[in-house]
Order: sequence, then C-alpha cells, then structure tokens
Amino acid sequence: MNFEFTEEQKMIRQAAKDFAERELLPDVIERDTRSEFPAEHIKKLSELGFLGMMTDLKYDGGGMDTISYVLAMEEISKIDSSVSVVMSVCNSLVNWGIEKFGSEKQKEKYLRPLASGQKIGAFLLSEPEAGSDATKQRTIAEDKGDHYLVNGTKNFITNANCASTYIVIAQTDPEKGHKGINALLIEKDAPGITLGPHDDKMGMRSSDTHSVMFTDVKIPKENRIGEDGFGFKFAMQTLDGGRIGIAAQANGIAAGAFERALNYSQERKAFGTEIGNHQAIAFKLADMAVKIENARNMCLKAAWLKDQNKPFGYQSAMAKLYCADIAMEVTTEAVQIFGGYGYMKEYHVERLMREAKLTQIYEGTSEIQKIVISRSLMK
Amino acid sequence: MKILICISDVPDTTTKIKFTNDNKELDQTEIQWIINPWDELALTRAIELKESLGEKIESITVINVGPAGSEPTIRKALAMGADNAIRVDADPKESYFVAYQLAEAIKSRDFDIILAGLDSADYNGASVGGMMAELLDMPSVSAISALNIENGKVFINREIEGGTQKLEAQTPFVAIVQKGIAIEPKIPAMRGIMMARTKPLEVVAPANADCLTENIVYELPQPKGACRKFTEENVNELVDVLHKEAKLI
Amino acid sequence: MTLLVYAENREGKFKKATFELLSYAEELAKSINADVIALSVNEISPDELNKLGHYGAKKVVSVTDEKFALLDNKLYTSMIANLVEKENAEIIIFPDNLTGRALAPRLSAKLKAGLVSGVVSAPSSYDPFVIKKKVFTGKAFADVKVSSAIKVLTLSQNSFGIKDPSGDTPQIEDFKAEAVSEKSNIKLLSVDKITGKLLLTDAEIVVSGGRGMRGPENWNMIEELADVLGAATACTRPVSDEGWRPHDEHVGQTGKIIAPVLYIACGISGAIQHIGGISSSKVIVAINKDPDAPIFEVADYGVLGDFKNVLPELTKAIKEIKGS
Repeated sequence: MNFEFTEEQKMIRQAAKDFAERELLPDVIERDTRSEFPAEHIKKLSELGFLGMMTDLKYDGGGMDTISYVLAMEEISKIDSSVSVVMSVCNSLVNWGIEKFGSEKQKEKYLRPLASGQKIGAFLLSEPEAGSDATKQRTIAEDKGDHYLVNGTKNFITNANCASTYIVIAQTDPEKGHKGINALLIEKDAPGITLGPHDDKMGMRSSDTHSVMFTDVKIPKENRIGEDGFGFKFAMQTLDGGRIGIAAQANGIAAGAFERALNYSQERKAFGTEIGNHQAIAFKLADMAVKIENARNMCLKAAWLKDQNKPFGYQSAMAKLYCADIAMEVTTEAVQIFGGYGYMKEYHVERLMREAKLTQIYEGTSEIQKIVISRSLMK
Repeated sequence: MKILICISDVPDTTTKIKFTNDNKELDQTEIQWIINPWDELALTRAIELKESLGEKIESITVINVGPAGSEPTIRKALAMGADNAIRVDADPKESYFVAYQLAEAIKSRDFDIILAGLDSADYNGASVGGMMAELLDMPSVSAISALNIENGKVFINREIEGGTQKLEAQTPFVAIVQKGIAIEPKIPAMRGIMMARTKPLEVVAPANADCLTENIVYELPQPKGACRKFTEENVNELVDVLHKEAKLI
Repeated sequence: MTLLVYAENREGKFKKATFELLSYAEELAKSINADVIALSVNEISPDELNKLGHYGAKKVVSVTDEKFALLDNKLYTSMIANLVEKENAEIIIFPDNLTGRALAPRLSAKLKAGLVSGVVSAPSSYDPFVIKKKVFTGKAFADVKVSSAIKVLTLSQNSFGIKDPSGDTPQIEDFKAEAVSEKSNIKLLSVDKITGKLLLTDAEIVVSGGRGMRGPENWNMIEELADVLGAATACTRPVSDEGWRPHDEHVGQTGKIIAPVLYIACGISGAIQHIGGISSSKVIVAINKDPDAPIFEVADYGVLGDFKNVLPELTKAIKEIKGS
C-alpha cells in the first residue's frame, strides 16, 4: 500500500488547480447564468493537454495514469463542472474507447487529433426512449454492404456542438438484441446530421448539450469499432471507466463547496463568535470532511485498479454512486452553512449544489449503479 | 543564445508563516514549496522567447542551490519548459553563500543571459542575482520589466526610481527581473510534466563558501488592535478622527 | 571609521528617503563614534548638497563624472567600492528601493561584506552586529547577525523617521573615481519618466483600490481622494492583471512593498498576498461593503459601505478640512 502521490501526480493536480483558479473562476457565475459555452477556456485546456491526459504518448496524449486524471478532474470540478464534463467525455469515453478498442487506422485518423486536443469528441448513447436501458437502441445503423446508413435521434449529448468526432451507438440487427448493436466513428459535419437547440439545464448550464438527429447518414464500415455487434459491450466497458471520472467530478464539486463553507465558517460571525465555533456548524463540517475523505478513497481505489489492469467495474460503480450522493449531501449542507448568502449566486455554493445533482443522474443513474453493484455481488 | 535562470524554492505565498524551536527556525510542517514567484516569471519569459524565436534560443537551463528535497521544484521548471537543470547540492544558508555557489557552478559554462528574480518570497534578501553577477564579474541590470530579442540584440525595459528606461544590453549579462517580465507564470502542459523526468538534471558538489550573515531569531508582527468601524453615514466622524486624533491629514 | 550613505536624488532634489537614511546613519554613527559621509551622484546644486549636512552628513562626496550619468550596476559598484576603501567606511547604507536593490548586493559581494536588506530599526547590538529586517514579504521579522567587518544595509522606508534638519554645513568634496575605467554594457534608448507625480514608494499617504472597485471607470474616485490628500495611488494584483491599472501600481508580495504613514484600501478584501505588501503601513483605513472581509483584521479604521457612497463623502469632508 502507498497513499503517497508521485511528483508528477502532484504537479498535475497543481496545474489543474492553477488553471481552474486563474482561468475558470473569474467568470464562472456569468457563464452559468448565460448558459455560455466556455470555448476559449476549453481551447486553453486542450492546449495544456487536459483533454487527452491518459492517451499514450505515441498518439500525442499525455501518457498519464487514471489517478492523475482523477486529481485533475477534481480540481477543475471544484470551480466549474461545465468544463470538467468536457474533460470527462473526451478522456474517459471517447479517447479511451478508441485507444482500447479501435483499429490502428482509426487511432491514427481519429485518436491522434483528439488526444493532442486539436479536436473534441462526443459519445452518443442516450436516446429519448433509451436512457438507463441502453439495450433498447432505436437509432438504426442499417448494413448496406460497404457502409452503414444511420437514422435516429440521440439526446442529452454533451459536446454535441463543439465536438468534431462522434462515437455513435446504434442498432444494426434488432433481432440480435444488444448483440446487434455497433459503435461507429463519424465526423460531426457528415451530411444528414442536425442538432437540436441547446438544452436549458438546471446545472452545468454552460456545457454544450443538444439532441442530435441522424437522417440517412452514411458511415463507412471501416469506422466501426471492433467486430460486428461489439457496440453494446463497447459502451458498457467504456462507461465503467467513465464512472471514475464522474466520481472524481462529484468529489471536486463536494470539495469545492466544503472549502468555501469551511472558510466562511471561520469568517462569518453570529452570536459573538465565528459560526465555526458553534457545534451545529462544526459538526456539519466534520461530517462533510469524513464523507469527502471516504469518497476520495473510493474513487482513487477504482482508479488504481484500472491503472493496474485489474477489474474495476464494481469499484467504479460504487465510487460513482457514493461520490455523487455525498456531493449532493455536502453541497446541500454548504448552502445551509452559508444561510441566505448560500442561496445567492455570488457565493458559488448554490451552483455547486445544482451541479452535484447531475452526477447522480448521468453516466448511469444512482439506481443503475446499484444494479451493477448488486449484480456483481450475486454473480 | 543560451539562457540560464536561477531558481529557488520558497513557501507558497498564501502560507501562514510560523516558527519553532524558540522562534529560531521556520516551521516547515505545513509549508507547500513553490518556485519563487519572481524566478517563475523569469522562466516563463525565457520559454515565451523560445516559443517565438525557435532555434535562436539554443537552450534554457535552470539552476538551483538546494538539497535533494528541492528537486520537485526543479522538475516543475523542467515541466514548464526548461531543457535541463543544474542543482548545486547544498543547503541554501544565506544570500552570499548561495550567490557564491551559483557563481562557482556557472563560471565554467557559457550563457548569454542569466536571469534571476529581483526578490525572493522567503528571506527577502533581494540580493542573490546582484551578488552572483559581481562574483562572476559580469554586468547586471536590475528591475527589468520587459526583455526582448530582435536580430540577436537584447532590448530591455528597466524600472528606475521615477520612471522606466528602455535599454539595449550587450550579452553576456545578468538580468534581474521583476513583475511585468511575464504576465502570469506558465502552467505546465501535461506532456511537459510527463517529459520532465526524462530531461537532464545535473547535480554538482558545492564549493567551499563563507556565510556572512545568519538569521538568529524570528518574530511575528504584533497583532493589531480592533478595527474601529464607521458606517456610510458617519464618514465625517472618521475624517475627524484621522485629522484630530491620529493627526494624519 | 565612517558610515557611508547613498544619497539618492530625483530630478535634482534629494528624496525624503535620503534624509531618513541620513537621520538613521547619524543615530548609528553616535553609537559607534563614527562620521557620516554622504555620496551624491550626478550634478546637484550646492544648496541641495548642503541639506545633506543638515540631516547628519559630516562630509558630502559628489561624483559628477559623465560615465555615471546612466545607472550601471557594475560601474557604480566599482566606484562605491573605491570610495569605501578611501574613506575607510564600515557601514554602507542604501535605501531599500530599486536603486538600493541594484547596488547593495553587488557591493556586498565585491567587499565580501554581509548584506541585510529591508532593515526596519537600528542595530540591537554592535558586537556582534545584530539588526532587524523584514522577511517572508512582510509577514515576519528576523534578527540578523552580520559576521563580516564591513556591513551593507538597505533601509525600509518610513521605518525610522526624519530628524529635524539641525546639522552643520558639510564639507563637500569631489570624487573622480579614476580607477573605474570599464565600459558599460548598456545603451540608453529612451526614458519614460514619471514627472510631477508622487512615487508610490515615496508617498506618505497611499489610496489603493481592489477588484471591489468593479472596473477602471471607477478609479476617478480613487484619484480624486488621492488628489486632496496629496497621496499616491495603488492597486491589488488582480486589478493590475486585469489591466485596469498599470503594473507599477501593484502593491503586494510580488509587487511593491510599501510602508506609508496612511494606507486607504478601497474595495480590497485583504488577501494574504496583498497584506504582505502593506502590513508595515502605520495606519490602515479599509472601505469595504463586506463586514467579513479580512482587510478589517489588519485595518485600524474601517468604513462598512459601498465605495460609491463612501469615497465622494470622504473626499468632500477632507476638502473641507484642508480648506479651513
């Protein structure tokens, strides 16, 4: 056992913290209010290599481990999860998926520009009528010999507009059920792809979320990831890794709110003393600290297992479930500690609370995580 | 052109300073060490120059006087974009000692511009750059707030009391830099962080050097009395107090 | 044995800091039974040179050679070192400003003389020589022991005070520094002089603004207040980083460290890095609408309110006092 981070891991965490505080913090509230996509910030983030952190150096990525990624995700999420969600999709869904399961040709063509941050990716799985039950894909990729013809609608797609490269999950052979599903790589500007309006969300308001419509979109066969029918397995394995990123995001949201509440408790006075000196607040802070410590350890363990090439799906589901839940609890308590000020936008904690809610929903709801966990228990 | 940057590691500027052992030593338990902010800006400017001038900047080297424990700081400099590093393996006891070590390590090597921060956020000697220049018998220019290279010529702005001078400087020289030399310290890129370990870090043995000063005891400033507060409505009272009681205006 | 003081001038007049240096040197000289010599570089009127005597210099050495027209650290150091030797100086005192910081370290290395920069008081003992200085960007002090025979000091401004100008007319002597024969490595292309304006580091009163001022368009209120007080203006780091104000106004750990008699902080929350730059101010007045702003912890007086209401009121009230 070793709980010490490496020199590089500490440096990455510091770089992410510096970036978040210097670049993201100044306008985060305005961006949230206006649902404004942080295009400039994402550009800088990609130039620093945060979007392809874990991809191998030989594909122009950062060559880092999952633990580094978790530390960076947490620091960025302390300030702005609309930005960290872009990191999450690029790193753990799109890039990891192509690197792990794509062909050499696909890696050269698609992974390299993604890993180096020149391009952004999106992962298109959810559908209006297939959310938690991802086996029921209504988007069809009809086998036309040398290509697939794709028709259907995907929704709640993060990065839908800013991405250049999509991985779309679609049904080729409905008779085979989820074994007839494929994962296909496609450029966003392909003919037949149209975007719905920007989704007006409760939190992470400045992330770029749209529905995406496919009308007779031709995708060459060589753009299929893996064998015919591998798509569902691809999606599930990729999501296992994605959960670590979301757990880290949830921890960042919780820690961000906690740090603010802790500072406030040491400054704000009531009944003649700093509110942190009142047991009602002090115990809240203690409870919050314990939860965050637990959550971090769970998340790091899942990351460590992944780095050791050991099975991690069970631990990543637990981490995602627990971290998202405590993010909700901790941010709610942080708002409570701030009292009336906490309800005001100026103090950040209400925004963090809104952001926390999404971590219980996307990349598998908390209920889905429980299915994954309980199935692992009883298999 | 070859550039050298002298870097030291100092407590993070947000650190609360505490002392131990009867106030004779700095309490290092909760200190996070960073590159001295002035040095970090100097390094940032060197990297900017390399990015804009390409091969005309042959190399960027950083040098530090410190024990093995200061290597994370050196690696950070390498991650930011320095090409190689030198560490003089000695405890940086005081300014003259450090300047002497630097001069000894540098004199056998060839640099066109040696950058040093104007001040350091620890003992605020504001002295190592100038001392080192003297020991190297090299010209130095202080309080530089801009440094540009055009057609092989070096142009600098330096702040003097009461103004700013634009100068052309002949190399080699020691450039002692202050705020303005770069806007913000460069954040290391991910690839830079991963490559830092592969870059050369040469450790050299220290020379025999004297110490001329010694910090014997520290103290923290006296805590201030309570702040006397006024409201928007009684600003006049404050002015009255400043005028009659404090006699400041 | 003598004490040598670097007497800095600006536009032909000696600075207040120079008189403070002399007052300080005279105090030291008394304790060790030595004479104070002032070094003046570049052409200055005899009247001005005489003033150095009034503040404590027994002798004034005036260097007017063309080769010292432009501050060159190396050449100046050689010249001063020659003078130290000639006058048998044991303590050399510079102001703790850009000039002092340019010259003192070089001189220290050349003479192998211990340097203490940012000195805040007279030595607490002379044998051994122990003196107090600021460390950790104003967050603490250290007592420093100097073991070399010759000592070089830079004195923090406004840390000692200026004595009444009661001294005699000094002996004035030209110094040629013929031994300095090298050529400078720098060539002056242009100068951007701050004329007529009070320098931040020289000012006794400073009015300063932070992010709470909300934008550069509100700085006229700071300037108006500074105007009636005869104060210099300053700002915090975020303000200069945003480009609302020039970098040379940035006060704080990595900017300028100042010690005015009165510091008025408007819309400044009081980040630890900023406090480091102002903590030696004699009196701090804070104007902030946030009652929990940490600036109130270090302020002597505070106004809880919006700067938009407070600053014009303050300016008006001070105008009335000044007018009466």
